[in-house]
Amino acid sequence: MDMIVDIASWVLLVAGGIFCLIGGIGMLRMPDMFTRLHAASIIDTLGMGFIVLGMILQAGFTLVAAKLIIIAALILLTSPVATHALAQAALHAGILPKLKHDETDGHIAGEDGSSKS
Amino acid sequence: MTMFAVATIAVLVTIAMVLLRALLGPSLFDRVLAGNTVGTLAVLTLALIGFVTGRPEFLDIAILYTLLNLIGTIAVLRYFKMADPVNPEQAKE
Repeated sequence: MDMIVDIASWVLLVAGGIFCLIGGIGMLRMPDMFTRLHAASIIDTLGMGFIVLGMILQAGFTLVAAKLIIIAALILLTSPVATHALAQAALHAGILPKLKHDETDGHIAGEDGSSKS
Repeated sequence: MTMFAVATIAVLVTIAMVLLRALLGPSLFDRVLAGNTVGTLAVLTLALIGFVTGRPEFLDIAILYTLLNLIGTIAVLRYFKMADPVNPEQAKE
């Protein structure tokens, strides 16, 4: 029984680490600020979730597991709020998403004077 | 404890990559996004270090960091909304 739990923790922790690394690579290589939000979301949901699940399996039914569940719930609640506020503030400041048929080509609108406030 | 060390190393490498994005980031919002992500990863690192060293007190610090991360991000974004981050020189004049 202990070995099964250990193997499950190994799988979950390694999967969480791999998802974190994928998110980090995405943060470096994505072309646009709005696409980088997706890479950050992978770290916040899948990477964090798998790593916390692996730690909960090792902790068992203790106060430590309860604290880990509180941490996971707080991150899952606050991370979409922060991401939404970030995207809204970026749009408000005039940064447009980089689209294929976009004439402004994703530049900050203040640079070419198209939508100065 | 080897499994926690492996996950800690992966998280630390990810923090390095996200910090590189914070240095490179063309706009200020990229840097705020990188700061937010580093906050989440710091919470994970704190919890994992608590397991590696066998001291579960680190989890309380991790809960505190989670709350501070949200407050800090919202505060910085509100400041940006007011101060016109695209043309800071114009905002000063």
